[in-house]
Amino acid sequence: MTLDARITVRRSGLTVEVELAVADGEVLAVLGPNGAGKSTVLRVLAGLLRPDAGRVVVDGDQLWDAAGVHVPAHQRSLGMVFQDHLLFPHLSATENVAFGLRARGVPRARARAAAEAWLDRVGLGDLGDRRPGRLSGGQAQRAALARALVGDPRVLLLDEPLSALDARTRLTVRAELHRHLAEYRGSAVLVTHDPVDAMALAGRVLVVEDGRVVQSGTPAEVARRPRTDYVARLVGLVLLPGTGSGTSVALEGGGTVAVAEQVTGPVFAVIRPESVALYLERPAGSPRNVWPLRLVSATPHGSVVRCDLAGEVPLTADVTATSFAELGLAPGADVWASVKASEVAVHTR
Amino acid sequence: MRRPGDGGVPAPLLVPAVLAVAFLVLPLVGLVVRAPWSDLGSRLVEPAVGQALRLSLVAATLATLLSLLLGVPLAWVLARSRVRGRSVLRALVTVPLVLPPVVGGVALFLVLGRQGIVGSWLYETTGYALPFTTAAVVVAETFVAMPFLVISVEGALRAADARFEDAAATLGADRWTTFRRVTLPLVAPGIAAGAVLSWARALGEFGATITFAGNFPGTTQTMPLAVYLALQSDPEAAIVLSLVLLAVSLATLLLLRDRWLGRAGTT
Repeated sequence: MTLDARITVRRSGLTVEVELAVADGEVLAVLGPNGAGKSTVLRVLAGLLRPDAGRVVVDGDQLWDAAGVHVPAHQRSLGMVFQDHLLFPHLSATENVAFGLRARGVPRARARAAAEAWLDRVGLGDLGDRRPGRLSGGQAQRAALARALVGDPRVLLLDEPLSALDARTRLTVRAELHRHLAEYRGSAVLVTHDPVDAMALAGRVLVVEDGRVVQSGTPAEVARRPRTDYVARLVGLVLLPGTGSGTSVALEGGGTVAVAEQVTGPVFAVIRPESVALYLERPAGSPRNVWPLRLVSATPHGSVVRCDLAGEVPLTADVTATSFAELGLAPGADVWASVKASEVAVHTR
Repeated sequence: MRRPGDGGVPAPLLVPAVLAVAFLVLPLVGLVVRAPWSDLGSRLVEPAVGQALRLSLVAATLATLLSLLLGVPLAWVLARSRVRGRSVLRALVTVPLVLPPVVGGVALFLVLGRQGIVGSWLYETTGYALPFTTAAVVVAETFVAMPFLVISVEGALRAADARFEDAAATLGADRWTTFRRVTLPLVAPGIAAGAVLSWARALGEFGATITFAGNFPGTTQTMPLAVYLALQSDPEAAIVLSLVLLAVSLATLLLLRDRWLGRAGTT
């Protein structure tokens, strides 16, 4: 049972042509720059915009097709989270969350109880009486998530859900969103321009540029073998899941990564490819992060070569074309990779 | 940092501005100065004054309610729907704003009068003739006042974020539920401001009323008509009636300024 869509929307200056399929329990990230047509895709999936051609099918039910089927948004089983939460300003948080249930005919008392239970789940149990104007950005976005999920929709659509938040709030809300997405059983589509959001939250990534899909795959695949320069610049990051303690992270796949700050609990160690240095011999001195790895593939893009490295701590590295040539590397070669602890970012997951 | 206002107001702007204030305020001051304060009390309790005032308030309120009932849906159609010819529709709706009210009264008479296009049919089938009744006062005032409400509410609807309505749709609300539970509360300040404007306009209505409804004490003689009539026979009575209208207008403005007009102006 899945969300399955092929969408063509023609607008002046941009034709959006995207095909996607999302299984139950799966999170698909649609990643791309502003103006690439990501939000258009989401509006079509929601039923707020009619495409020019294609189809939208959820669990076998046609919601839109070129032959004239159009199920309007309010008759679809979906939840949507918007960038700037769009909580109704004249209703309390509880009334906002209960709104969808009330609109679908659930009796007032039951809708209220369900809304309060969901506000509890997102950690806003005691703020239900507040109007959105008196909630912080993070609290409002949590309430918006509860409002989208309370009806247990078959499809969850997230439109840049974190980009209106400040950097610190963003980290905590992202971690919570990750937890709720893991528990969600329907098909989720996340639209974002931030590769970290896509890689931390989604099982699969669709990179969209100028209305077209330029690459798709798991976040790791896309980061390791970027098919275009744009994708390489956008998603070079390596996210290594692990458990933090002190100033090191024990990775789930084995090995440890030294970091500069104190960390505890489940985290991602995030390493940018340009901060990875490659050597033929074990580097002198005593950098804390040194691993013997094997070069799997090398893809030139721009003036650098993206190296896909396998081993205990799988990495991608960007080295300049000159040093790549000097090292004389070829796929299959054994190399030493090192990363300064201060260049490893840590995100709670 | 220096704000543009810090240097004072240049004379070419200051002098006309002061003149404008004087021009707007002096007539009102004159009204207050010339009022027969000594026998004001006895004149105010004259039955004719109460009658005209009551009729004015009731008719203006009914006209405002009618404008709300018909005007808010029309504003929604103009602001939100994709009906063809909306710009033509908007132009037609705003005609009564610029049309001399007397002309409006004549037009109403031609359509709803006993010999009118709709009025003759109404008279033949039911024996009811609308002109020169209190209902005609309400109709005339509605005709003149409703455009104010429509324009004001349409503006509020355009300024309101339509994405709230998208959000409501994704939550399972059809367009009617969305209108009632999301759109209407969002534009409530704009609706209130529009209602106050049309109420004030209806309260002061003269031309269309006297043309279409006549000037019969007790049934169609509203305050403005009474003022005009009194001015020809008993100027002091006209001043008293004018003072009452001025007081009602000021009271309305003060009462609603903070609650509605201020908010509608800032959001």
